[in-house]
Formats: sequence, structure tokens, C-alpha cells
Amino acid sequence: MTDSTRSSAGLDGGRRVGRGVFLATALGGLSSLWWGRAVWGRVSRTIGPVESLIPLIPNGGWRIYTVSGSLPRFDPATWRLELAGAVEQPVSLDYRGLLALPKAEQVSTFHCVTGWTVHNVAWGGVRMRDVLARVNVHPGAHAIRFVSAEDPYDDYLTLEQATLPDVMLAYEMDGKPLSRAHGAPLRLVIPDMYGYKNVKWLKRIELVPREGSGYWEQLGYDQDAWVGRSNGYGS
Amino acid sequence: MTRYVRRFSRTERALHWANALGFFVLLGSGLILYLPSLAVLVGRRPVVKDVHFWSGIGWVSLLALIALAGDRRGLVRTARELDGFDRDDARWLLGRRPAPQGRFNAGQKLNTALTAAFTLLFFVSGMLLWLGERDTRFRFASTVVLHDGLMYVSVVLLVGHLYLAVIHPATRHALRGITVGTVSEDWANRHHPKWTPK
Repeated sequence: MTDSTRSSAGLDGGRRVGRGVFLATALGGLSSLWWGRAVWGRVSRTIGPVESLIPLIPNGGWRIYTVSGSLPRFDPATWRLELAGAVEQPVSLDYRGLLALPKAEQVSTFHCVTGWTVHNVAWGGVRMRDVLARVNVHPGAHAIRFVSAEDPYDDYLTLEQATLPDVMLAYEMDGKPLSRAHGAPLRLVIPDMYGYKNVKWLKRIELVPREGSGYWEQLGYDQDAWVGRSNGYGS
Repeated sequence: MTRYVRRFSRTERALHWANALGFFVLLGSGLILYLPSLAVLVGRRPVVKDVHFWSGIGWVSLLALIALAGDRRGLVRTARELDGFDRDDARWLLGRRPAPQGRFNAGQKLNTALTAAFTLLFFVSGMLLWLGERDTRFRFASTVVLHDGLMYVSVVLLVGHLYLAVIHPATRHALRGITVGTVSEDWANRHHPKWTPK
């Protein structure tokens, strides 16, 4: 068999390089599961300024994750944010009413649990306490359910988590009204937790006695999605 | 009259086109999942995810099936040819001439080794993405970086491959070999002089 190989390939005692290339590539690739993100982070910081010029790279590193058939559409005329549940007085806020609330701004980093990160996102919106001040929360309410217009997506935060200083309901991103892909017109932003807690296309905020299981928690994700110390990372 | 010699067996051609088909279906569905503009345009992410996942499974199964059901002995011989690099191959890679080549030139040998490794890595990282969504023990912070990085490098290799196979006048005759199996003897003598077709 070796003889026929030689004659058909014309090896002349060639060296087994192909399998070496295969093994080195395969092992190098597998080992990148431990170093790939750190290296890519450094590379993308260096090429950052030109990154947006390359059409194949998602702009700024965002990926758009959804769980249903189509992205909800925002109509300013009919959109409402319902504030309900364990409150003295439920409120239905329209888009103009939302914009009339005290505006807050922040620059924070967005981490997705699948491993990608977007640095320095500029958000504009309202703080939770300014929203909650509109409704008088019952003393028995200790958590909030955030319901997305993207059925059946929802998630929960404790009142304490929802009122952290850098948590906001954002209607602006990078100086522009929030786009459809990012949850227009309103999304939750909690930078210390992974993206799945940052509910997009908010339509209802419900005060509840305690946290329930949100969409991803029901599929096995952690209730508290602290960046770097949940969902199998760093713990 | 042109005389033709057989370059690729039916098993080899079936493997090539199954791989090509799988790659394009996976690239298309993968880009819809990956690029924000396409993701918004198409929507239906759960369906696209299923299509991507099951075409990945189908792709690897089909390759395995063809290899097992086809001419296994021939594939082993071909693998040995692809594995071996002689002095002329080294000269060829360094751009020195003359560097007479066998049935595969050194570039094709390298491309095959890389493609095989990428197939394995695509499969492993894809399975880790799928499993990681279901069980955090399978979650690595760098899985997406690996899967996406493989895509970028593969697309670059594919563009080069398509250029040589379809556009470049000196090499595009090779497309005949991988479709109908034969190439002209004259072309074979010029590009692969150390190859003696049976």
C-alpha cells in the first residue's frame, strides 16, 4: 500500500506535514476557548477606529438576539408603558409622558452572557425611582417584573437591584432614539448584569411581592445575572 | 482531440459538494443570526437558529455517511497524498520554481488540512454554543469569538478558492475535475507533472 501511495502521489519520502497542520490548527483553535476573548478584546481595541468601516463586523460589536417571530414595532401614537401590580395607583404612560419625566444620562458597558461586550454605550432615559414615584409602591412589593412587547419575554429584578444608581429605563442610545433592534422605544439597562436582564421593548412594569422566573431563568439561566460571577463564569 | 484523465473519484466529488452545500447553508443562516441588519430584516430568530443548528448536524452527518458508504480505501490513499509534503512542495510554497507537483499541489494540501481542522472546530464550538445555552457547564466566554473567527478566516479561504476555481484562467480547468471527475491530460501534465493517473 505504501508503494502505491508513493507512486501515485510522487512523495519521494515526503514528510507528514498535513496532519501536523491539522493538529496544530485544531489544538490552537480549541485552546482559544481559554484565551480567545482576551486576545480579541485587545485586537478590537486596536482596530476600533476602523472597525465600523468593515461591513462584515457588526457595528460596535452588537448582536441582536430575539426569542420570537418578529421584532415589535413602535408606534408613538399607541404605545403605552403600564405601571401596575402592587401599587396605590396604576399608571399608563404614553411616549410623551415618558419623555416628560426627569432625564438621566450615563455611559456604561454592555455585557452579553454569550461572551460579547460593547464598551462605552451612551444611554439616555429615566431612573427607576422617578418612575416609581408616579405610582406609590405597596410596602409588600419587593420585586419588579419587566414585560417585553416581544411575547413571551419577561424578567425580574428585586427593588434593590432596580434602584441601583446606574439602572435606567433607556429611550436613547448613543444620542439617538432607541432603534427597533435595540428595543424601541424603551428598554431596561442594568450594566452590572448580563444582557438577558436588560429587557427590550418594555411595555409593562409590574410591582410584585417577590421575584419570579423570567424567560431565560426558566431555561436554566441564573436569577441574578451579575457580570463575571454568574451563569458559570468566575464562580 | 483532447484526452482526459480521472482526477477525482465519485466519493471525493460527493464529499466536496456535500461540504460546499453545508458550508453555504451554514454561512447564510449564520450571517442572519450574526449581522444586526440581517437579523432585523429577517426576524424569526428561533427558526433561523434551528435551521442553523440542524444544518450543522446534517452537514457533519452527511460527510461521515459519504465517507463510510463510499470508497474508503481510496479516501485513505488520498489522505496520505494530502498529508505528505516533499522537497518540491516546500519549494512551491516558497515560490521557487521549478517545483513539480503531484495530484495535489502544496497549496491544496494546506487548504485541505486547514479546512478539515476548521470543520472540527466549527462543529465543536457550535455544539458548545448550543449546549451552553442549556447548561452553564458548557459555557466558555470565548466560544463566540472562536466560532465567529473561524467564519472570517473560512470566508477569506473560500474567496481565494473560488477565485482559483472559477476565475483564474490557468487554474479554473480544475473545476471540471471536481464536477465531472476528469481533467485534460495536457492540463494535468502542465500543473501536476509528478502525478501519474491510473
